[in-house]
Amino acid sequence: MSRPRPIAMVPPRRSLACRLYRSFYRIRRVEEEVARIYPTDAIKSPVHLSIGQEAVSVGVCEALRPTDVVFGSYRGHAMYLAKGGDLKAMMAELYGKATGCARGKGGSMHLIDTGAGVMGTSAVVATTIPLAAGYAFFLKARGSNAMVASFFGDGAVDEGAYHETMNFAALKKLPVLFVCENNSFAIHSHHLTRRHSDNLCERARSYGMPARQVGNPDTREIRRVSAALVGRIRKGEGPAFLECLTCRWKEHVGPGEDHHLGYRDEADVRSWMERDDLPRLRALLPSGRAREIELDAEEEIAAAIRFAEESPFPLAGDLWTDVYGVS
Amino acid sequence: MFMASPDHPRILSYPEAIREAMEQEMLRDPSVFLMGQGVDDPKRILGTTRGLLEKFGPERVFDTPLSEDGMAGFAVGAAIAGLRPIHIHIRMDFLLLAVNQIVNMAAKMRYMYGGTVSVPIVVRGLIGKSWGQGPQHSQGLYPLFMHIPGLKVVAPATPHDAKGCLIQSIRDDDPVIYVEHRHLYYQKGPVPAEPYGVPFGKARVLREGSDVTIVGVSQMAIESLRAARLLEDTGVRAEVIDPVSLLPLDISTIESSVRKTGRLIVVDNSWIPCGAGAEIVARLAEGRNGSPFEVRRMGFAFTTCPTAPSIEDLFYPDARKIAAEAHSLVRPGQRRWVPKMDVPREEVEFKGPF
Repeated sequence: MSRPRPIAMVPPRRSLACRLYRSFYRIRRVEEEVARIYPTDAIKSPVHLSIGQEAVSVGVCEALRPTDVVFGSYRGHAMYLAKGGDLKAMMAELYGKATGCARGKGGSMHLIDTGAGVMGTSAVVATTIPLAAGYAFFLKARGSNAMVASFFGDGAVDEGAYHETMNFAALKKLPVLFVCENNSFAIHSHHLTRRHSDNLCERARSYGMPARQVGNPDTREIRRVSAALVGRIRKGEGPAFLECLTCRWKEHVGPGEDHHLGYRDEADVRSWMERDDLPRLRALLPSGRAREIELDAEEEIAAAIRFAEESPFPLAGDLWTDVYGVS
Repeated sequence: MFMASPDHPRILSYPEAIREAMEQEMLRDPSVFLMGQGVDDPKRILGTTRGLLEKFGPERVFDTPLSEDGMAGFAVGAAIAGLRPIHIHIRMDFLLLAVNQIVNMAAKMRYMYGGTVSVPIVVRGLIGKSWGQGPQHSQGLYPLFMHIPGLKVVAPATPHDAKGCLIQSIRDDDPVIYVEHRHLYYQKGPVPAEPYGVPFGKARVLREGSDVTIVGVSQMAIESLRAARLLEDTGVRAEVIDPVSLLPLDISTIESSVRKTGRLIVVDNSWIPCGAGAEIVARLAEGRNGSPFEVRRMGFAFTTCPTAPSIEDLFYPDARKIAAEAHSLVRPGQRRWVPKMDVPREEVEFKGPF
């Protein structure tokens, strides 16, 4: 299948600060646009926005190479974009269009761009975690220097597949970085109603891998810690675990806020919003450069929305395609 | 050295045929590998993985933790990367722990990712029977998988088809559930030495007859063949069909037979409700346009499988029960007939032609 590739809106040789700001800003703005458009019903699948959690995807993916691959969850817009997934194909997928990254059959929760190393996001919690290990097994067997990053929320840590995979990845020394985006809630259930202790790193270490926690939405710190773990993994030392504490600003699913539900402390959410890394990253750049990045991103996002709007829906016959291969 | 010829075919047992299929495919294609609990242990999955660790090494033949869900997902991940895993479950019952990955991921990924990935995995599951295997070592769970678009399901009954279907499954680009039965491991039959595939979606007429069509799934194909032999004493001529492949299902071969006989018995290697038999009967009914045919469904008693032989015997269909059912269907006016003796197993092995 041929797809339009993203147009490079910013010159390729950019400083780290530029890259981080561009990636973060672009993700934030894409999701704000998704939230804006969502009530019009033009978007044809439930959306689990990453707003507030972008630092994790941006920081980790900056430590990866283009040849590395990532797997993620239904809250996967940020990871998809941070790893280089095609924005137009993503937007068209949200609109349910035939030009979408899954041809309008997967929606927001099933984003994929194999060319960019985005190997899929999934709606059943923890289901892509073992896939990451299987893919890493392939890379290791082939003697590749590439690796896999597996993104999941703290809800996934409750699933057996998570523990089964951590155990096996450590046993086989597979090149996987396990990235837990810990926003403290599985939908509306606080993690301490689901687990005895707040000790994910300790548990990861018990499987036989190094574990680090980053407690702030600090993109640069996440990148630094990721790079250190990635370096170990590439040396063949086996998997590693990274826990990033974070906060989902919006409701679990949908474009709005959810303070009226009363399941979490609004002041706590506000404190995370006050620590938003986006303005900090912007402050690292000359304002002219930041403005340039923003204008480029806005143009790209507007073009992606137009592309999605103007693309056709799948045809009746498309219902029956890709159930099976042609073998 | 013994050379096989049309007059002296090469004879292998069912597990030898499975082993040979895996060995030949692993030789042909370095992306094929085996994983599962016990694949490299002293018993080697009832001999079906014998010698493969020594030949291909621990990178391609390895044991797994008792983590069926995680390991199924591991296989899926390896498959989308470009490998061809064979994930072996010594009991089909244990496969239930892997259903999340098989149904939610493997079956759907090609579709839900718009055709950008393939999941060429083979999942071998062995159905157990007798010696007190009981509630959790006896289930024929293939109907669960027949319900799921994106999967393929095969249940070969002869050594010939065991090898051909496994090679076909390994080469297939979609996830295949490969159903084996412990009692089929006694089967011996002609198996060509060279690699070959048995196409999916093609049923096999094991025996021709004109009075009643008996369709038996997996080991029940062999029981049905034995029933046909028993029926010879009564003059009832049964046609026996092995579907071989359950998804896709070759309904036209069964339909042609039923058009001839007007009578159908379907024998599941599982419970009757929503089984393969139910699907076969429904598909036939839809295609018959009102033209009548008589039908009986057989399968496990709708209970959990017990261990005590006195009631376990009642739980399973067998050749005598199938023969009695066929007789009553063909000769409804006559006194109920039940064959006194069963026939020796080796007398009714299907020898072809394939």
